[in-house]
Amino acid sequence: MYTGNNILIKNGRLIDPANNVDQICDLFIKDGYVSEIGQLDNDCDHVIDATGKIISPGLIDVHVHFREPGDEEEETIASGSMAAVAGGFTSVVCMPNTKPAVDDATSIEFVHRMARQARKTFVYVMGAITQGRKGTDLAEMGLMQKAGAVGFTDDGAGIQDASIMTRALKYASMLDTVVSQHCQDLSLGSSGVMNSGYNSTVLGLPGMDPLAEEMMLWRDIQLVKRIGVRYHAQHISTAGSVKIIREAKQQGVPVTCEVSPHHLLLTDDCIYEYDTNYKVNPPLRTKADIAALREAIKEGVIDCLATDHAPHLKSEKELEFLAAPFGIASLECALSLYVKALIEPGIIDWPQLLALMTHKPASIIRIEKGTLAKGSIGDVTIIDPDAEYTINAEKFYSKSRNCPYHNWNVRAKVERTIVAGEVRYSAD
Amino acid sequence: MIRSSNKFKWRHKHLLGLRELTREELEFILDTAEGFENISTRSVKKAPPLRGKVVVNLFFEDSTRTRISFGLAASRLSADVVEFTKKSSSVSKGETLIDTARNLEAMGIDTIVLRHGAGGAARLLSRSIDACVVNAGDGFNEHPTQALLDVYTIRKHRGSLDGLKIAIVGDISHSRVARSNIWAMTKLGAEVILVGPPTLMPSKVNDLPVTVSYDMDEVIEKVDVINMLRIQFERMGGNLFPTIREYARFFSLTVDRMARAKSDLIVMHPGPINRGVEIESEVADGNNSVILQQVSNGLAVRMAVLYLVNQAAANKAKGK
Ligand SMILES: [Zn+2]
Repeated sequence: MYTGNNILIKNGRLIDPANNVDQICDLFIKDGYVSEIGQLDNDCDHVIDATGKIISPGLIDVHVHFREPGDEEEETIASGSMAAVAGGFTSVVCMPNTKPAVDDATSIEFVHRMARQARKTFVYVMGAITQGRKGTDLAEMGLMQKAGAVGFTDDGAGIQDASIMTRALKYASMLDTVVSQHCQDLSLGSSGVMNSGYNSTVLGLPGMDPLAEEMMLWRDIQLVKRIGVRYHAQHISTAGSVKIIREAKQQGVPVTCEVSPHHLLLTDDCIYEYDTNYKVNPPLRTKADIAALREAIKEGVIDCLATDHAPHLKSEKELEFLAAPFGIASLECALSLYVKALIEPGIIDWPQLLALMTHKPASIIRIEKGTLAKGSIGDVTIIDPDAEYTINAEKFYSKSRNCPYHNWNVRAKVERTIVAGEVRYSAD
Repeated sequence: MIRSSNKFKWRHKHLLGLRELTREELEFILDTAEGFENISTRSVKKAPPLRGKVVVNLFFEDSTRTRISFGLAASRLSADVVEFTKKSSSVSKGETLIDTARNLEAMGIDTIVLRHGAGGAARLLSRSIDACVVNAGDGFNEHPTQALLDVYTIRKHRGSLDGLKIAIVGDISHSRVARSNIWAMTKLGAEVILVGPPTLMPSKVNDLPVTVSYDMDEVIEKVDVINMLRIQFERMGGNLFPTIREYARFFSLTVDRMARAKSDLIVMHPGPINRGVEIESEVADGNNSVILQQVSNGLAVRMAVLYLVNQAAANKAKGK
């Protein structure tokens, strides 16, 4: 993957949150690695003028769905990788809920092989916790870890049975890996398709109780406290979840969590026309939940910003709201969405935002990325923070178009994405 | 024939629900229905407004009454009626509603009357095809013509719904009839009280323009109209209340309870009745019951709806 190209990026605002760097300077990438930072005039193959732009460590997304194997018409590892670099992401973590599920070493290797062939972004993968993601028998977590799995989850389905979850956490503690959970207790309503509340009542759609998320999160945290293992809560969506995580962190429990753009920008009011582009799991909640999540980001209670990029076919999203699949495709506009949700309202600034999209997610899956320190991998995202544009889902590199942000006017454009010292995406 | 037809022009080529209609629009439908009512009592039970039009009854759920009512209403307006029933009530991947409807549309149909198990199905359909869509019940969302015939029946008896106290009793959370009723009745000036155990109430029910009571005995004395919803035994798998016997003890409309009601209480039920459960037979067949009138009024209301949506479609086509 490493090329011999030398790239000199001149005169940008270099933000490297891991090292508290925020200054106008140049960055030199040699043989795929960060070689020098400062006022530079090195001999090189390629010079990029970054005046007025931000030079960031390559963005990292710990939660994407590339649908391969099984639903290649929705996305492939190749098309998803292209979408990732177009969104500024140099590393992504695929979820194992493919068909078949990624639940053994061979399937981990398969994902890596397809990613190498695509040659766009670094693709990591989490293995399933249980065989076939059925929630009953543990999958070969150890062998998957040896094959490169960066963590374990049955994403899309939380582990319902507390004793299975206990075993999974104990076993994961031996492997010193992270267990990542889609928190949702199905005993509190398994047929829901949107947030349970006034809107679900008016629309006559079965609701998903916020407590279903909070109960499983609370349960898991009690188990984690006893067992002592790293635990990551995926896409938390409610004010109650924020409260639970905050308290757990105050008690020193090794818990991390992520949010997705839609839970910071959209509410269940959006579903009034039964537009299935707004059907997502966990569901869109309320204004109060958005406020709590944004506040938690400001406080540092939330550890990283993910996308939960979940592409689906138009024909599937054209089904009745009850029947349509859950998910929003957002890799290519995620950065702008986060700017809209967090920077424009003054919740956090650019260094804080980039921290949540670079070294913090890297630390959750324990990869040595997300920084521009000398000697680190040459993964760089160049961002024009002031560029305004209109999101056009029709032009996505992703194979899918299920994006409720189509036609939104947003700011902050990814100009170039450099992966291991090679320009893999260029906006012009 | 059509009273106050020049008050304003009907502009909706679909009837998806009553939530989006104004009071004026609701009254316009009811007025139009009044004009159609006498057709059913004539010796020649037909009028010409939909001659040459095709109405499809597209039913994904069983509902003999509603289907026959719509079929009769369409044929009395001289439309051709096509029946299309698909018994798979469950929504499943790959069997798309839109595909079915587009196929029908390719055969040159003008109106689809849709009954479907998924909330929002009628709205989805209206976005995808050119024909008029009339919602004949979608999931737990709305059943607009049922509510229209309910308010029509009440208006006939009382002249107006203004200031009336109306109780809707039973499984509110799974009832599309209740939702449409709430919108129609409150917009027409009535006060709505929902009655039933909390397990049959939807979330945030207090944010609806209604009051909620768990006490049938307290409610029975003060209401002018009582609408007893059908208990859907097939949905009771989730232990929504302990037993039928206990439910009936707490919420059934019995002769005893009727004795404490206002003498001119109007008793309604969307049918079919579970006799002895929601309502005792003597009450269902008693003097206060308008249950059969609801059925006959349903015809006039559905004729009005079919007539108006086709008018709106014709006006839109002219407008182009
Ligand atoms: Zn998930």
